Amino acid sequence: MKNNIKLNITVPGQTRYLSLIGHIGENLARAVCACDAERESLAQKLNIVLTEAMVNTIKHANIGNPEKDIQINISISDKELIIRIYDCGKGFNIQDVGMPGIDADILSERGRGIYIIKSLMDSVVYIRKQHCNYLEMRGTLNKS
Amino acid sequence: MNLKIENTSNAIIMFVQEERLDAHNSDEFKKNMNSHFESGQKNIIIDLKDVRFIDSSGLGVLVSGFKNASTRQGTLKLSGLQSQVKSMFELTRLHRVFEIFATVDDALDSY
Repeated sequence: MKNNIKLNITVPGQTRYLSLIGHIGENLARAVCACDAERESLAQKLNIVLTEAMVNTIKHANIGNPEKDIQINISISDKELIIRIYDCGKGFNIQDVGMPGIDADILSERGRGIYIIKSLMDSVVYIRKQHCNYLEMRGTLNKS
Repeated sequence: MNLKIENTSNAIIMFVQEERLDAHNSDEFKKNMNSHFESGQKNIIIDLKDVRFIDSSGLGVLVSGFKNASTRQGTLKLSGLQSQVKSMFELTRLHRVFEIFATVDDALDSY
């Protein structure tokens, strides 16, 4: 049976909504995955990736401006997961982000977010457009 | 945020009674932790048994506490990590930095 779900969410760019978005990701994974083991793994992954991407957008792309909304698109099927997080802020250079322990001091307090996303997803790109930018994360899902 | 603090002869224990330690509450946690260091505490155990989720901001605050303790010749130890939280430490290699114990009692016994 095909499972194709598309979600479009707009939230204020405030950290108080991280829990909401994380829970939405978890529930989405549980709705799509038939297999128990895969379900919890995907639920955790979505929770982490959505949280990290949203924080990144709030802090770096929107420069902490709570008036700027964040738009999140999630598309999930049996085979693929695509998440896009849009911002209409200053944007950031995804290549400038080093990972503590690899190309920065492991005791750095910051800089792990993008590395975490890249570790969990198959591809991560940041597309800059004239008025809006987006962080696109793609992952392949196992057939159950 | 919900924190329970216990004093013992060897260390202060901070029980983080939240489901998430993330960018929303990590600054508050950091301030609380720092206030204990500034009042003269050197050794802190942070118990995370109620924490189901941690993000990079939560990890960053724990790193900051670790550094703060080290500069005071003290220690910051962790206990009660759930599986997702432990996975995040392993993914970011921070499991090699912190002393991590299954329970608070194990952490206290290590002194």
